[in-house]
Amino acid sequence: MSRRHMPLLFVLLACWLGSSGIARSEDLLIRGATVHTLTTQGTLERADVRVRDGRVVEVGKGLAPGAGATVIEANGRPLTPGLFGGITGLGIVEIGLESSTVDSSALVDSGTSGPAFVPRPEFDVTPAFNADSVSIGVNRIEGITFAMIAPNASGTLFAGQGAVARLDGSDNPFVAASRTQFLDLGSSATAGVGYSRAAQFMLLEQAAREALPGKPLQAGDVRLLTPTGREVLARYLAGGRVAFAVDRAGDIRQVLEFAAKHGVRPIIIGGAQASQVATLLARARVPVVLDPLLNLPGTFDQLGASLENAAQLQRAGVPIMFTHFTASTNTAHKVRQGAGVAVAHGLPWDAALAALTSTPADVFGLGPEAGRIGPGSPADLVLWSADPLEVTSVAEQVWIGGRAQSMRSRQTELRDRYRPAGAAARPQDR
Amino acid sequence: MSWKSLAGSLLALAAWSALAATESYPSTYQARPGAPLLIRNATVLDGTGRRLDGADVLVRDGRIVGVGPGLERGTATEIDAQGRWVTPGLIDVHSHLGVYASPGVDATQDGNEATDPVTPGVWAEHSVWPQDPGFATALAGGVTTMQVLPGSANLIGGRGVTLRNVPATTYQAMKFPDAPQGLKMACGENPKRVYGEMNRAPSTRMGNVAGYRQAFADAQDYAGQWDKYQAERTAYDKKKDKDKDPADRPSPPKRDLRLETLVAAMQGKVQVHVHCYRADEMAVMLDLAKEFGFKIAAFHHGVETYKIANRLGQEGVCGALWADWWGFKLEAYDGIWENIAFVDAAPNGCAIVHSDSEEGIQRLNQEAAKAMSRGQRAGLDIPPERAIRWITSNAARSLGIADRVGTLEPGKIADIVIWNRDPFSVYALPDLVYIDGTLAFDRNHPQATPRSDFLLGQPGAAR
Repeated sequence: MSRRHMPLLFVLLACWLGSSGIARSEDLLIRGATVHTLTTQGTLERADVRVRDGRVVEVGKGLAPGAGATVIEANGRPLTPGLFGGITGLGIVEIGLESSTVDSSALVDSGTSGPAFVPRPEFDVTPAFNADSVSIGVNRIEGITFAMIAPNASGTLFAGQGAVARLDGSDNPFVAASRTQFLDLGSSATAGVGYSRAAQFMLLEQAAREALPGKPLQAGDVRLLTPTGREVLARYLAGGRVAFAVDRAGDIRQVLEFAAKHGVRPIIIGGAQASQVATLLARARVPVVLDPLLNLPGTFDQLGASLENAAQLQRAGVPIMFTHFTASTNTAHKVRQGAGVAVAHGLPWDAALAALTSTPADVFGLGPEAGRIGPGSPADLVLWSADPLEVTSVAEQVWIGGRAQSMRSRQTELRDRYRPAGAAARPQDR
Repeated sequence: MSWKSLAGSLLALAAWSALAATESYPSTYQARPGAPLLIRNATVLDGTGRRLDGADVLVRDGRIVGVGPGLERGTATEIDAQGRWVTPGLIDVHSHLGVYASPGVDATQDGNEATDPVTPGVWAEHSVWPQDPGFATALAGGVTTMQVLPGSANLIGGRGVTLRNVPATTYQAMKFPDAPQGLKMACGENPKRVYGEMNRAPSTRMGNVAGYRQAFADAQDYAGQWDKYQAERTAYDKKKDKDKDPADRPSPPKRDLRLETLVAAMQGKVQVHVHCYRADEMAVMLDLAKEFGFKIAAFHHGVETYKIANRLGQEGVCGALWADWWGFKLEAYDGIWENIAFVDAAPNGCAIVHSDSEEGIQRLNQEAAKAMSRGQRAGLDIPPERAIRWITSNAARSLGIADRVGTLEPGKIADIVIWNRDPFSVYALPDLVYIDGTLAFDRNHPQATPRSDFLLGQPGAAR
C-alpha cells in the first residue's frame, strides 16, 4: 500500500504519536528526466523535479531528495505537464448511445404554445459530473489530466455552460475561472433556430439585447430567454468566455464582430477554414480548438480542411488547442496522436506540446504556472515511455496535484483477465 | 431439405448464378504498368512476416519480380530508398468511402438501405461515388486497395465491393478484377435499434437471429427451386427433338436478387463479413454459419474478439478491428487496446486493422503501431514485420485476394508504399505510392496526385 492510500485515521494517529518521517510526506522527486518545462527554460535534459504539497517547487540538476521523499528515477524519459483532453463529455457522457448515461444537453420543451425549444444559456453541465465514470480512468492513464467538460452544442444555439475539470477523481474538480458558454453556429442549424445560420445570428443578437440591463418587460413582449438565462448571459457579455463551434471563414468573421460588439472573449471550436482568417484571429488573440486529423469536408463549411491547419494557424500567431471530434469523450486521448500528426504536417514539436498543455491552461484561466513545469506549477505531470507525441509511447506514470494516480482502468482489468498464455505481464503493467 | 440435396442444388445454381450475377457490372479496371522500377536499399517489410534490411525491390510489368539485396538493375528506373521503409500497399477491409462520401450531406447518405432489415439484393458498388475526396486522402496514407461495404443498419446489408484506389470516373474502373464480392451482415445493437424504433422486427437480439435464419432458410428454398428447375430442364433437353413439346419446356424460377446473394454466400462465392462487437454474439454467428453452411471471412469491429481469440483462430476467421475505439455504445464497452495483439497471438490468429472511417483509413499504419505497442507492453513479441501483416496480407486473406496482393513476393501485383521512415510512427508518411508498379502518389509533387472533381474550383478548398 502506498502512503497516499493509508487510512487517514492511521496518518493522524502517527502524527499524534509524534512519529517522525511524516513531515514532507508529499515530497516527490522525479530524477533524471527530459523535462519539457513549457517555460522559458525549454527542455532540460537529465533534470530533476521536486514536488511538495501538490506543486512543483524546484526544477534543476542534482537535487537531493528530502527525508522521506518518494524518488522516481526517470532515466532520461520525458516528463511533461499533464495533457488537455480537449472539448469532452468526460463525466457527463458514459455511453453516447445510452441516453440514461448522457447528461450533456438540455433541450427543454417550452410546452404547447412557445417555440420548439427554449435557449438555455443558464444550463450548466457541471452538477451532473460523475467522477466515477470509466472514461475518466481510461483517459487519465493516457496522460490526460484536465479537459473541458462541455455541454453538447450540436444542433442548438446556446448549448450552455461547461468548465475545465482536473481529472483527479474528486467530485468537484472544476476550475472556477474556466467557465465557458458554448454556442453552435453554422450548417448544423436545426428547426429550433429556423434552419438558417442567419436565424442563428438573429437569435443570438436578440438574446444579447435581452440580456442588457434596464429593459423592463413590456406587455406583449416575447422573450427568447428565461430570466435566469438573461442573468447568466449578461455575465458572459461582461467579458466572459464564449466558445463558438463554427468552421466557415465567413462565420468566424461574424463571430469576431459579435464578440467585439458585445464584449465577450471568443474561442473558436472547429475552425476548419480558420487559416483563411488567421490574421484576424491572431490580431484579436482568439484561440482555436481544432481537430488536427480533420482534412476532409464533412460539411460544406469544412471545404479546405487540411492537415496543415494547425501549423498555419500557429505560424500566424493564433493560439491553438486540440480536440478529437470523432470520439471526444471515450477516446479523448487521441488528441495526443493528433498533435503528432500536426507535427508531421509542419507544426513545430514544442508548439504541439504547448497546444496540449500551456495554451489550454492559459486560455481557460488555470493560472500562470499551470500547464508548465516550473516553481509554483500544479504538479500535474506525466512520465512517458518515450516521445509523448509518438503513437508507440505510453504514459508510465501520471501525477495530479503531486499524487501518483493509479495506472489501472476498467480496460486494464479486462486486459489482465484475458491476457493470453505466453504474454508475461511486465512489472509496470501489474 | 437434406444437406446433401442442398449441396446438389447449390451446384446446379452455381453455373446459373455465375452467369447471372457475378459477371454483371464487370470491372473495367485497367492496370497501366509503368517502366521497370528498382527500389534500392530500403528496409523492407514484405507482408509475409519477413524484414529485410538494405534490400531492393524490383518491379517489372506491374508485378514484383524480386526482393533482396543487390538486385540487378537492368533497364529499371532506380529509386534510392536509403533510410526509407518499403511495405506492400495497405488494404482496408472496412471502408464506406464513396457510399458515405464527403461532404456528409443528405445526398451522400448512400450506405444503408435502411428500409428493410434484410437487403442482400443491394450492392454497395451501386452507391459508390468515385468523386469522394476521401479516396485521394486514403491514397496519401498508402491505401491501394479497399473493400467498400454497406452500413450496419441491416441484419443483412448487401454486397461489398473491393476497389483499387485509383482515380476514375466510374466505379467499374476501380473494381478489383475477379475479386470476390463481400456480404455485409450485422449483429447486435444497430439493426435492433434502427428497426425497433420503427416498431418493427427486429427489436431484440433474438429478433436479429430469427431474421438471419429466415433469410437463409428462404435462400435454401430458393436454391431448391433452381435445383428442381435444373433437373427438369436437363431431362427436357435430353429428350429427342420430336418428343419435345415447347409447352412442356420448364420455366426458370423468377430471379430473386436478395436470395441470389445469400445462395452465393452459401456457395462460398462471396466473402461473408459480419459487423459484430460482442464475443457471445460472434459465437452465435459462428453457429448460424454452421447451420446454413457458409463461412465467415471476418468479424468486423469485434471489440471483444480478444475474449474468443482462440476459437476464431481454430475456425480460421479473421478479426478486423480498431486499435482504440471503445465505449460509444454498450456493445463496445469492453474494448481494450490489446485486442488486436491478443487476436494475433492466438494459434492461427488472423488480426486485421480496419478503419470504418475516412479519417482512420488515412493512418492504418498508426493504428497498427498503437496495437503493436500495446501488445508488446502486454508481453507479446510483435516486431514490425509481423504487425504489418495486419494491414496487408491478413486483410488480403479476408477479402479473398491474397493470391494477388498483400505481400511483396515475386509475381504479386506491385502495390508498394515507400515510407519516409519506420511506418510504425506518428511522424511516418508515405513518400511514394505505387499501384501496379505505376506511381500513384508522390508527397513531394501533390499537384500530380489525384484530386476529386468535387474539389475543383471551390474557393474554400483551394490548395
